[in-house]
Amino acid sequence: MSGPNTSYDPVEVAVLDPEAVEQAVAEALAAAASAGTLAELKAVRGAHQGDKSPLALANREIGALPPSAKAEAGKRVGQARGRVAQAFSARQAELEAERDERILVEEALDVTLPPGRRPMGRRHPIELMSQRIADLFVGMGWEIAEGPEIEAEWFNFDALNFDVDHPARQMQDTFYVDPPDGGLVLRTHTSPVQARTLLERGVPVYVAAIGRVFRTDELDATHMPAFHQVEGLAVDEGITMAHLKGTLDRLAAELFGEGITTRLRPSFFPFTEPSAEMDLRCFVCRGEDPDCRTCKGMGWIEWGGCGMVNRNVLTACGVDPDRYTGFAFGMGVDRALMFRTGVSDMRDMIEGDVRFDAQFGMEI
Amino acid sequence: MRAPIDWLRDHVAVPEGAGAAEVAAALVSVGLEEEALHTGGVSGPLVVGRVLSLEKEPQKNGKTVNWCQVDVGDVNGTGEPQGIVCGAHNFHEGDLVVAILPGGSVTTPQGPMEVSARKTYGHVSAGMICSARELGIGEDHDGILVLTDWFAGDAAMLDRLVPGADAIPLLGLDRETVEVNVTPDRGYCFSVRGVAREYGHATGAAFTDPATALAAAAPAATDDGVPVELTDDAPIRGRAGCDRYVARVVRGIDVTAPTPSWMKVRLTEAGMRPISLAVDVTNYVMLDLGQPLHAFDLDRLGERVVVRRARAGERLTTLDDVERTLDPEDLLVTDGGETPLAIAGVMGGASSEVGPGTTDVLLEAAHFDPVTVARSARRHRLPSEASRRFERGVDPLLAPAAAQLAVDLLVRLGGGTADPAVTDVGTPAPAPVVTMDPGFPARIVGVEYPAQEVVAVLEQIGCTVDAGEGPLAVTPPSWRPDLRTAEDLVEEVARIHGYDRIPSVLPVPPGGSGLTHGQRVRRTVADLLAAQGLSEVWEAPFVGPDRLADLGLDVAAETARTVRIANPLSDEAPLMRTSLLSTMVDAVRRNVSRGAKDVALFEVGLVTDLAGEQRPAPTVDVGVLPDDDVLAAIRAAVPDQPRHVALLLAGDRDRAGWWGPGRRADLTDVLELVRALGEALAVDLVTSADAVAPWHPGRCARVSLADGTPVGHVGELHPKVVQRLGLPERTVGGELDLDVLTRAAEATVRAHTLATYPMAQSDVALVVDRSVPAATLEEVLRSGGGDLLEDVRLFDVYEGDQVGPGKRSLAYRLTFRSADRTMTTEEVSGLRDAAVAAAASAHGAVQR
Repeated sequence: MSGPNTSYDPVEVAVLDPEAVEQAVAEALAAAASAGTLAELKAVRGAHQGDKSPLALANREIGALPPSAKAEAGKRVGQARGRVAQAFSARQAELEAERDERILVEEALDVTLPPGRRPMGRRHPIELMSQRIADLFVGMGWEIAEGPEIEAEWFNFDALNFDVDHPARQMQDTFYVDPPDGGLVLRTHTSPVQARTLLERGVPVYVAAIGRVFRTDELDATHMPAFHQVEGLAVDEGITMAHLKGTLDRLAAELFGEGITTRLRPSFFPFTEPSAEMDLRCFVCRGEDPDCRTCKGMGWIEWGGCGMVNRNVLTACGVDPDRYTGFAFGMGVDRALMFRTGVSDMRDMIEGDVRFDAQFGMEI
Repeated sequence: MRAPIDWLRDHVAVPEGAGAAEVAAALVSVGLEEEALHTGGVSGPLVVGRVLSLEKEPQKNGKTVNWCQVDVGDVNGTGEPQGIVCGAHNFHEGDLVVAILPGGSVTTPQGPMEVSARKTYGHVSAGMICSARELGIGEDHDGILVLTDWFAGDAAMLDRLVPGADAIPLLGLDRETVEVNVTPDRGYCFSVRGVAREYGHATGAAFTDPATALAAAAPAATDDGVPVELTDDAPIRGRAGCDRYVARVVRGIDVTAPTPSWMKVRLTEAGMRPISLAVDVTNYVMLDLGQPLHAFDLDRLGERVVVRRARAGERLTTLDDVERTLDPEDLLVTDGGETPLAIAGVMGGASSEVGPGTTDVLLEAAHFDPVTVARSARRHRLPSEASRRFERGVDPLLAPAAAQLAVDLLVRLGGGTADPAVTDVGTPAPAPVVTMDPGFPARIVGVEYPAQEVVAVLEQIGCTVDAGEGPLAVTPPSWRPDLRTAEDLVEEVARIHGYDRIPSVLPVPPGGSGLTHGQRVRRTVADLLAAQGLSEVWEAPFVGPDRLADLGLDVAAETARTVRIANPLSDEAPLMRTSLLSTMVDAVRRNVSRGAKDVALFEVGLVTDLAGEQRPAPTVDVGVLPDDDVLAAIRAAVPDQPRHVALLLAGDRDRAGWWGPGRRADLTDVLELVRALGEALAVDLVTSADAVAPWHPGRCARVSLADGTPVGHVGELHPKVVQRLGLPERTVGGELDLDVLTRAAEATVRAHTLATYPMAQSDVALVVDRSVPAATLEEVLRSGGGDLLEDVRLFDVYEGDQVGPGKRSLAYRLTFRSADRTMTTEEVSGLRDAAVAAAASAHGAVQR
């Protein structure tokens, strides 16, 4: 920084003239305002704020003034420089904001360009349905049990009171493991898990078993050689058919909505007595179309069998039938999926076409 | 069971106007589920017509058609004769026939057929002259239905045959039939009598058991009837094969007497085919009362009927003209103890069949053992109307009543004469008395049934109840052999009172422990794979040797560790799968064949892994807890069925699109997925090179736990496998044992305190033989670098001139960190050098 200029007569220092200062400020303000870009602003900034700018020069002259004049001149020049600085920084901010805004606009993308580099996979809807059912039972305090798919005939039939000569044993369309008298079958229902559970866990017991079962049905729109059931078994003191109804009503309401109409109809199963079937009001025609293809005009769709555990089953599994009672049920999971989502052709559920899974999310 | 409503009305007061739908709705409430409702498949105008003239017109195709003028009264609006072309020739001028006019429809095997006036054989044929079959009331379709023959002998009906009369009510085509599904415990409902009884239970409508009056009318046994001997030297389960045999003889039946139209219609409606009077009568009685009957031609019988078990090697040609080799368990009705006449309760023999010339018949009404009949029907694959009923239990006291009805009908309709001699031998065991506490139904059902109501219901269904102090002593009716235990009686109380009146109550379990570890692991694995772009599939678990061979597997070895289905759906796929991949390839092919190019699938499921010989699993009588040894043998016979997870990826892993080109799925993608699974389960998984089927020998990795336990294999499918199975080229995948992963993931992770001092990194590029696996080199670096080596990351692999043939350069970034200080540069360099030195000494690695 240079020292005071002692050779000047301060009175005559033109740059400190108020008008001249005002003039310099006015020019600086005009220059800032007229700068249209940050580059232009930068280019003109030096002329008005730099060391050689009139106000900087004026500032330098203040030191040479007599003390009486210093204060006034200092105030004047200081204010002037402040106004200029403010004007420039305001304009700077303005232009930066403009620039930022412009860049953001320029950087805009077409958010409707379709993604799809790596599409999501899916869980199979039957598995999602099974999980949902499992969660419901776990929420009610039940546990989820499992069993093998190749099963001993004893677990699949004998333990469940299917006498070897009873017509019910023939009605199951069983896959037998070779040799046919070797005592092994592909389980025809999830019910062998009942026997396994009673033997392994004892009573009281509240378990659901969800899994794959097999019948010798050729694949078509309404039959699969392999399908899925949810088995329920509750054995405790004081269990009644009312508890069975309550549990199935709850399951139906959770899966199909509170508005679902169910029907418990007398039926026969070797492993339950009394026995019943639970039907659901047809979800397509609600029982109003005699030509309905979904329910074949019956108005009801069979969901599964149930009843009070036969005393022979309890005895075969080491449970005292005079002290404990229990209920059991086996409902179709695939049918529940059909019912809930309107799947109309069972083949779609087994053929592994990814388009089937893709219709659903990861929750069902 | 099909029960015509009109027939039901014979036994129970079905209200006027109640149709099949109402009856079905009532029956379902007591446990007879509706299968279908049937009505005549004909809609009008269907009228009586008189054939005024009939001109035979030979056609070029060799056929002769009749150009008929038919008087149909005024129903055609003109009163003029209706011109109809007809191809049948069994009728003449003046005959009364049934004509369907344009606008009507009949049911054909192909479905409903609308009738309209159409040009044919040079005429406009304005309708159709119908056969019994077209009308759904008989099987005869060769000739058209001539009404005077159909109603022969029925004066009242003949009077109503006026041209133009509506034929629908005349022929009963407006009648309805309800078809119900009869559960195996309710054999008595395989009869109109049984269904009528249940309708009475359901609605309170008055039911009259027809058997009561018939039994009263049946003459007592005489000692001069046809001798019948009941023997059984090999009873099954201690039960005699036959415990009741009633034989009646009717002689002099008019061989030309037709089955009356009402009976033919009822039989047809009930789903049976009218054949001849004698046969139709036996079927009619069976349908009406539930007692299967057999009619033998008396002329072909000897002196004496003997019921006995078959002898080994004996043969019988049954009514269906099949010669059958009999089994010693088969129960036979024989002539004099020698010649077999019938497999009891299953099917008669051809030799004693009633035929067109039969005038004298012996009617058999017997009670055969359900198990004996069930086994014979199954053994000979001969499910018959009779066996179906015997298997499910026929009322043992019904035989005399049923025989009486058959005799009455043959006398009345066939002009026969009943022999006064009556055979009735055998004594069925009395129904067992069941004791039940009157409060028991409430305990089981959860409805407080008053004791009087329990008794009332049991009496209503036919039980005799001794209701003194304490438990009830209940004797079930003879037609309910299924009622054996107190629980059986509870069901009766509950269903008659109404299942709809059972309240809905949620039980309160003591509380469980949630999903098991394995169940949660399964969800994690499946969710992870789905999130990684794989879609879950499942396949039926059946494979065949061809598939195993296509996969390049050792067919004998795979077959040895699985089981075979004795009755597979397809002979090509009789084996249970030993791997998920063996069936999952079908899902890939199916997707590709339907147009998908990029397919990424996974499956979680069971496979069979039989260790050693397949052992027989004991079976045990029902209701018996097997002893520990037997239970252990049963359990041990069930083959291991580990749960696997398998994946297959074909086509692009990252798809091409507006963002740029795609990238084909390759082995690294599968390795990434395996690594993701390991990380998700906090299980260290190690991969090493292997060469097993079905994988490309140079692109196959074994996956193991850190301790060497095998988990599975991943790889690129062998090009030959891809070719043989028609899969997309370079399909990659893998299969892991999820049970092994589940067990490995069981350990609870112990957390480390995180080191917060700065890390130091150092890069090294090592030149080694190409054959040194990266995992091995990394392992050496890790052990050489010591405990402060936090991470080793391979960031470049180079092969080429700069490293020379057979070599490659692997560039690693080593990250060091100490838990208690900032490491110095010298310290880091020292550890890095130690790591490099270890690599050099183990694999001759040279730092570039």
